[in-house]
Amino acid sequence: MTSAGTYTPEPGAAPLPRMIAAQAALETRMLLRNGEQLLLTVVIPTLLLVLFSSVDVVDTGAGKAVDFLAPGILALAVMSTAFTGQAIATGFERRYGVLKRLASSPLPRWGLMTAKTASVLVTEVLQVVLLTVIALALGWSPHGNPLAVLLLLVLGTAAFSGLGLLMAGTLKAEATLAAANLVFLLLLVGGGVIVPLDKFPPGAQDVLGLLPISALSDGLRDVLQHGAGTPWGDLGILAVWAVAGLAAAGRFFRWE
Amino acid sequence: MRSEPVIQVQSLVKRYGTKTAVNGLDLVARPGVTAVLGPNGAGKTTTVETCEGYRRPDSGTVRVLGLDPVRDAAALRPRIGVMLQSGGVYASARADEMLRHIAKLHAHPLDVDTLIERLGLGSCGRTPYRRLSGGQQQRLALAMAVVGRPELVFLDEPTAGLDPQARRATWDLVRDLRTDGVSVILTTHFMDEAEQLSDDVAIIDAGRVIAQGSPEELCRGGAENTLRFTGRPGLDLGSLLKALPADCTAAELTPGAYRVVGKVDPQLLATVTSWCAQHGVMPDRISVERHTLEDVFLELTGKELRS
Repeated sequence: MTSAGTYTPEPGAAPLPRMIAAQAALETRMLLRNGEQLLLTVVIPTLLLVLFSSVDVVDTGAGKAVDFLAPGILALAVMSTAFTGQAIATGFERRYGVLKRLASSPLPRWGLMTAKTASVLVTEVLQVVLLTVIALALGWSPHGNPLAVLLLLVLGTAAFSGLGLLMAGTLKAEATLAAANLVFLLLLVGGGVIVPLDKFPPGAQDVLGLLPISALSDGLRDVLQHGAGTPWGDLGILAVWAVAGLAAAGRFFRWE
Repeated sequence: MRSEPVIQVQSLVKRYGTKTAVNGLDLVARPGVTAVLGPNGAGKTTTVETCEGYRRPDSGTVRVLGLDPVRDAAALRPRIGVMLQSGGVYASARADEMLRHIAKLHAHPLDVDTLIERLGLGSCGRTPYRRLSGGQQQRLALAMAVVGRPELVFLDEPTAGLDPQARRATWDLVRDLRTDGVSVILTTHFMDEAEQLSDDVAIIDAGRVIAQGSPEELCRGGAENTLRFTGRPGLDLGSLLKALPADCTAAELTPGAYRVVGKVDPQLLATVTSWCAQHGVMPDRISVERHTLEDVFLELTGKELRS
């Protein structure tokens, strides 16, 4: 039994950085514990990278296949975590009252969102390290300015996070699960990840080129494969998606 | 214990579309344990969730620990503990992991291991939340509500679906919270729970508080009590009625089973037994039925089923 005075009130919030760090650590653990999420974020990108680099299925143009594929797979990795994974996880957190319960805790909403972003970034770092090591082993020779690559990855993450949270905060959890997977599959095929966009009819190319996944994979490819400077056009497209997506998520997100 | 109220709700109105869930509700909760009772759809949850800061009032004022739950949310949240009716935990989180996490969001949390032991959550081990039993999930939600050492705890049907042992453990914890000066707002459908635990009971129906008082006050006030006895069938109750106070009634319900309804006090009991003695009736069984909170509740809110 507990002695008298155990429950005597002594309320108080923990310091903000500690709350956010704890929340980010928990979110990351939940993500890494989830088998379906690991399939999306780790297994599928790795398999695609290895398979299409070693077997000549898709005509990836001149040069080594891995030099074309690695930037596209990095773009896919960002999408899988920031969009698909985050949408599904957040959708179910909303459904099971996790967001509701946390909303009455001392952690402010923006703190929760910061923690989610930190968790996405940690996962992406792990993905990028793993995929880079595998690509290098397959003979990848990347070029270009690492800062431009970083900028693309950050803006891509912002764009996909906005869209993922918009979906998670407005649709039912099951609908989010289905839609997020479907979008992942469609963008994988039609977003210049493994199939070059110039394989599509010219009209379709123009539209597909405006998708965030196409902008991210095209921008990464410009820098990493062709050693281009800062790909402003692709960054611009990502910035528009990021602003629109995050604004819409902020406006329409329902916590329960 | 009669000091500054922990909750003050004035003329609260909350509508969902065309449906009015709360209709000008007034409620004052003092320190201690306040039970909020009401049929389904009466407006309990809306009222409590407005106090927790989840819902914005359409009109009226709500003050919790003197603060506005929406405007002063940042200041209020560390001081309250919320137990949701269900969920609130990551599907793949373990019980101790989630409880430790909530503890980390507070400055001076309770000792997590002690709390786990107290609520019998140690047996959850490495099982993820989604595979815990309903009772284990309930107890975890309760632990999450108190771990931050709040001044005020909201418990939403904390013992629904619990076995008797877990129910006892929950009751004991609520009593300890009260002893240590934590105020509790308890929503429940169990009248015995409200009767056992609360200092004050508020009954809500159709979006308003229709009665409030201590369980004793509610059971005493207005409600009539019943005295039953058995004897040989077919007694003439006319002379009994003459001996009883004017507002009493007496009837033979089934042959040999008699009921007297009125203000049952020692004098009335003496009147009935002496009448029996005069008529040579041996009352095999004689019982006085005290009005329970459930009787009062049903009397006030009606017996028809709600949605």
